[in-house]
Amino acid sequence: MTNNTSASAAETFSRRQFVRSVMYGGLAFYGMPAFARASRPPLGHVVVIGAGFAGLTAAKYLREWSLGNLRVTIVEPNPQFISCPQSNLVLGGSRTMDELSFSYALSRKQHDLQWIQDTVTTIDPVNKQVTLARGSLHYDRLILAPGVDFDYSRIPGMTSPVTEIPHAWKAGKQTLLLRQQLESMPDGGVFAMTIPQGAYRCPPGPYERACQVAHYFQQHKPRSKVIILDANADITSKKGLFLQSFQGAYKDIIEYHNNSEIIQLETGSKTVRTDFETVQADVLNVIPPQLAGKVAQNAGLANVDQRWCEVDFVTYASSAHSEVHIIGDSISAGLPKSAHMATSQAKICAAAIIDIQAGMPPNPLPVFANTCYSFVDDKQAMHVANVYRYDPAKKSMVSAEGGGVSTHASSQEGDYAQAWAQNIWADTLT
Amino acid sequence: MMNRLHIGMALVCGLSWAASLHAQDSTAQVTTTLAASCAACHGPQGNSLGGTPTLAALNKDYFIQRMQGFKNGSIPATVMHQHARGLTDDEIIALAAYFAAQPRQTPLTAPHQAFQGAQ
Ligand code: HEC
Repeated sequence: MTNNTSASAAETFSRRQFVRSVMYGGLAFYGMPAFARASRPPLGHVVVIGAGFAGLTAAKYLREWSLGNLRVTIVEPNPQFISCPQSNLVLGGSRTMDELSFSYALSRKQHDLQWIQDTVTTIDPVNKQVTLARGSLHYDRLILAPGVDFDYSRIPGMTSPVTEIPHAWKAGKQTLLLRQQLESMPDGGVFAMTIPQGAYRCPPGPYERACQVAHYFQQHKPRSKVIILDANADITSKKGLFLQSFQGAYKDIIEYHNNSEIIQLETGSKTVRTDFETVQADVLNVIPPQLAGKVAQNAGLANVDQRWCEVDFVTYASSAHSEVHIIGDSISAGLPKSAHMATSQAKICAAAIIDIQAGMPPNPLPVFANTCYSFVDDKQAMHVANVYRYDPAKKSMVSAEGGGVSTHASSQEGDYAQAWAQNIWADTLT
Repeated sequence: MMNRLHIGMALVCGLSWAASLHAQDSTAQVTTTLAASCAACHGPQGNSLGGTPTLAALNKDYFIQRMQGFKNGSIPATVMHQHARGLTDDEIIALAAYFAAQPRQTPLTAPHQAFQGAQ
């Protein structure tokens, strides 16, 4: 940490006072050389790696809240933004991939972002240099928002990706592939899904997916089954709510099996063996164990269990390199890896970087909201929602008073969940 | 000392810097940052794209009344009670002032584009 987050109030005040007096007096002496402003923004250059919910939000708010005084360059390999939230609805049949696909053009223009469509090869935190496949960049501060990577080495029998067995855990071609497999599956077939142990993107996502596939089966293939093989001891999110669906509307379709880690997987026949049974699937969806995005791993920043990145929740600076900030799904935190969470972290990080670059202490007690809606069919949804506050003693974000889940899924919340999507897409992409 | 040097150098670089200092007044930015985490549901600067209420330019007292109602359960809500209960009375007052000061405008819509087969 180069900044002093524990600066006393008096020190803060005097620093600000100093800044103001110099500023107003100083301008009269210095005037304003316009060329200097154009060529060297006063607060420096931030490079953001990854333009998902976290990275794109950080870039936008860095520009907006610094009033253009920070230069921001984004490095993103993909040509367009694809929303993972709501991609389970593509499997259920109530959304199309087109509806979840967006152009980056407006956000680039609105915020005057420098944009490089490329992949990162190495990061050199000592010289503050990022090497890309086609060039290199120097930064004052770096933000990594690479999302998750998949760890196939932990799947006995499928130690590398198999085309016929999609994860569909990053929205895109994979989502369409899984949808096509469900469409061509005969009625009376079995869809099996495996859920990994440990932290993964979107805790309620697998259970929402089970509901979406069951919804599709109910309408088109009513004799078919959904078998959930969960490596965890129990449903990890919105348990009571999902049980209402598993034991209610989908009781003849969904079977939930806990403690069902994959002991052996036979990819050709799509057979999964667990401690309790052997399941042969017509369509097999393996959600792989997860860890921080490759860029973060390669830079040695995945320093918690060699999987996730430890950060300071005041600034999102990596505990390994104070000028490298990490936000979103890659970080180690007792927080759900959700899109709203990623954007909330991005905003705290952006505000902190502006303060640090201006020589001021960042807000020592950040607060933010998180909500995650899940759809149980094409209309009804339910939430988990919390406010989180920084706890300086625990050095982590902890759930504030209140917070919790819906009493039941409803179409009123389905409408609000659609509004959430429209609004978070607008906030992130405009 | 580094800070002063840095700021001194920044000063040479122009007026926009003076404006940014103003914007960074610490408590104001703390509220702006907190308010920004409401945008996921209520839209950028509280201008909702529909479905949820717009918060921009809401009357301050009305805002506080609604939030306190969510907090104590006297106003029924699908989700706002979860958020309101997590906020302090001071935060609610600051958020009320923030949103009251935001202009009401038609928010931009995220630009849809045909799926190109990425990822
Ligand atoms: C998960 C989505 C969500 C988030 C996040 C959220 N709200 Fe709301 N808000 C709603 C919904 C939905 C309503 C309508 C009441 C209900 O059903 O809960 C609402 C209503 C309100 C109202 C009442 C408006 C009126 O005209 O009656 C206020 C004020 C409000 N929210 C403020 C906030 C503030 C401040 C935050 C951020 C700290 C916030 N909300 C975060 C979804 C959200």
